[in-house]
Amino acid sequence: MRDRRAVLELTPEGLFCPAGGFHVDPWRPVPRAVVTHGHSDHARFGHGHYHGAAIGEGILRRRLGADLPFTGHGYGAPFALGDAKVSLHPAGHVLGSAQVRIEVEGEVWVVAGDYKREADPSCAPFELVPCDGFVTEATFGLPIYRWDPGARVIDDLVAWWEANAQSGRTSLVFCYALGKAQRLLAELGQRNGRAVFLHGALVSMVEAYREAGVALTPTAAVSDQPKSERFRGELVLAPPSAMATTWMRRFTAPATAFVSGWMRVRGQRRRRGYDRGFVLSDHVDWPDLIRTVDETGARRVICAHGQTDTVARYLREAKGLDAVAIQSLRDGAGDDG
Amino acid sequence: MKAFAALYAALDATTKTNAKIDAMVAYFAAAAPADAAWALFFLTGQRIKRLVGSSTLRAWALEATDLPPWLMDESYAAVGDSAETVALLLDAVPTTLASLELGLAAWLETRILPLRDLTEPERQAAVLGWWRGLDREQRFVLNKLLTGALRVGVSRGLVVRAIARLADLDPAVVGHRLMGPWRPTPAAWQQLLEGDDGAADASRPYPFFLASPLEAAPASLGPRDRWLAEWKWDGVRGQLVKRQGAVHLWSRGEELVTERFPEIERAGLALPDGTVLDGEILAWNDAGVMPFAALQTRIGRLKLSAKSLREAPVRFLAYDLLEEAGQDVRGVAQGERRRRLEALVATAPPALGVSPLVEAADWPALAALRLQARHHGVEGLMLKRRDAAYRAGRRRGDWWKWKLDPLSVDAVLIYAQAGSGRRANLFTDYTFALWDDGRLVPFAKAYSGLDDKEIAELDRWIRRHVVERFGPVRQVAPVQVFELAFEGIQVSARHKSGIAVRFPRIARWRRDKPASEADSLASIKRLLSARA
Repeated sequence: MRDRRAVLELTPEGLFCPAGGFHVDPWRPVPRAVVTHGHSDHARFGHGHYHGAAIGEGILRRRLGADLPFTGHGYGAPFALGDAKVSLHPAGHVLGSAQVRIEVEGEVWVVAGDYKREADPSCAPFELVPCDGFVTEATFGLPIYRWDPGARVIDDLVAWWEANAQSGRTSLVFCYALGKAQRLLAELGQRNGRAVFLHGALVSMVEAYREAGVALTPTAAVSDQPKSERFRGELVLAPPSAMATTWMRRFTAPATAFVSGWMRVRGQRRRRGYDRGFVLSDHVDWPDLIRTVDETGARRVICAHGQTDTVARYLREAKGLDAVAIQSLRDGAGDDG
Repeated sequence: MKAFAALYAALDATTKTNAKIDAMVAYFAAAAPADAAWALFFLTGQRIKRLVGSSTLRAWALEATDLPPWLMDESYAAVGDSAETVALLLDAVPTTLASLELGLAAWLETRILPLRDLTEPERQAAVLGWWRGLDREQRFVLNKLLTGALRVGVSRGLVVRAIARLADLDPAVVGHRLMGPWRPTPAAWQQLLEGDDGAADASRPYPFFLASPLEAAPASLGPRDRWLAEWKWDGVRGQLVKRQGAVHLWSRGEELVTERFPEIERAGLALPDGTVLDGEILAWNDAGVMPFAALQTRIGRLKLSAKSLREAPVRFLAYDLLEEAGQDVRGVAQGERRRRLEALVATAPPALGVSPLVEAADWPALAALRLQARHHGVEGLMLKRRDAAYRAGRRRGDWWKWKLDPLSVDAVLIYAQAGSGRRANLFTDYTFALWDDGRLVPFAKAYSGLDDKEIAELDRWIRRHVVERFGPVRQVAPVQVFELAFEGIQVSARHKSGIAVRFPRIARWRRDKPASEADSLASIKRLLSARA
């Protein structure tokens, strides 16, 4: 079919660019890795050297170690790796998330990592990068996943918080520690600007965002408050792992909520036992996923995570694209939503 | 409709009983009587007949959304519920929310129920139009109504408490007024709140008193002679009402089942007017009580054939007297009610009997009799405090069921299928097999018994060990062994294994056992002969 080697190959370690001699988000240790963002299923331990977006450096160093062998790059600034011309472009997923543009002999591939199209005050907005081949996520790759406008979800959340506050209850909001938590803090900063209390597991990533210059609503750690503090009427953010643990004894009859794209489906809401589910995701929903593939102009698409088979089939049958699904080892490792 | 959909969402969103009661009180306080009556109809678990099948609903949604059919199937598989899948997918179709807000009663009486009289294309056009005028929450409730599958996550007890609070009534009064089928009319709602005017429904039963499982040693109940002991029958709990010359037989599900059991109806006519008995409907031939499966042949059928009447004759064994000579005697002591019951039923035809007392001088003697329960075709013993009143619902302390320990067997997981609703997306419906001559033969399905953590763990394991796919069913490597508990065992021609078990459920995940050490079909068939 093609004389030369493909720009990207799937190896046991993950996606590999032979011309550049580097992997993108590899799941096993490799000499040289370009990482799209700091979530643990993308940025793993043990690589020889890391490349990533400069603005995400604080997050990576907190997660993987202060002495991480890391080279940061500004968005849009090209650099050479081997014979490949590489540049990073905002993916709009979390702070420091990047699409990796790889150009080899005039052929352009973009590995988007995780991304979303919706506005998020805690990170740079997604930039559309035209390409020949596009590697997309498919976390929410079914047409049932369609997000209501984020602003409306935040309105609902603030209204829920206020209703709880009126009856003196604590609003306990569970969300992922990197990304969703800071997006909420940035959104709330633009709303009522009231202080929010944090579970200890969130403190470090919130600091990383502040150091990178992201404006967040004021925060304080739950653990720093006196034992007598009852958090009545307050909003507390915590990671999902804190749900139904002894930590929750700190609060009397709290109202609980989970903020995630998964909350779109009733079974998921009920199974997890939260009082409320707010549907807010840092991933593209179905219409934005299909639209993004369209807009890149790519003729070849690799679906790399989530509902890969479904999205690839749809792109083949409905859009006539050369689309394939790859099963990455990170599937099943706990989907962030 | 908007208010009812919001109530549904509020009840669905919380597991806290007080929040549920608050939501119901708020809804009922604001609702028009006609809407409140319909809401109560659904809250108490009644349903309207299905007007649109769920696959039809999905087909209509395909037309509205222009998706390829396979994508609808995948979406449905991920959600596990047609009404919800369709409600979610229709977000892609712009709505025209300008349509006039109609109340729940108007929706049902002027729109949904009249669908019965329309042709299929007319129904489709109507439903597609309604979808465009409703938000997602209401679309979901509408779809549930259309498919006859609207179930609300509240117990009857909570509904009773909400109405009692709303109307400032004793919950026991509300509970009694709510017995029997609820007719969703404004008049019925008014009567519920304000009480009926003496012309009480002659068929109305009393709320059933339910026993709790005895977990402690029986000696903890005090002296043996303070308690009556009866067999715990494996039939259908029923209430026999004889008033104004007519007999009404109610099942515990508050369904009127008189017509299915003409023998009992005839026998009941011999009772004096103003009599209400609590007891058990049992299949009973010359040899005595028959297995539950025999009774099932009488329940499942709409029309009774001469054959089923002959092969599975039924009998009502009474064990309590709730109304005597038109007087509510539920407050009379258990022992005295029993004495009056025996006197009343002594002269009744054979199809009406009294469940005999199990006599034993002390607890150890009673425990020894209990061990013979399986030979008597019963599930164990009932213990009833001699001085107890007949209460409503499940209240601990006066009535205990002291059941036999279940039978159990170690079986191998061979098939798994995703559940629906709360368990959509998770493999939670399991098929288990036993060894038969070196092969694994499917013998029971079980849906419950694991906790959420185990379910999640097993789900992950299943996904990694699929051997073959048959539609939604996954055949998995025969590795995992589970102890299954069940209540009874029957010969069955319909099952591949030749046996059918009653109430199978997972008792324990036997991680310690390799599949090769699971039980054989032969070993379980030995239990069959023990029963006879």
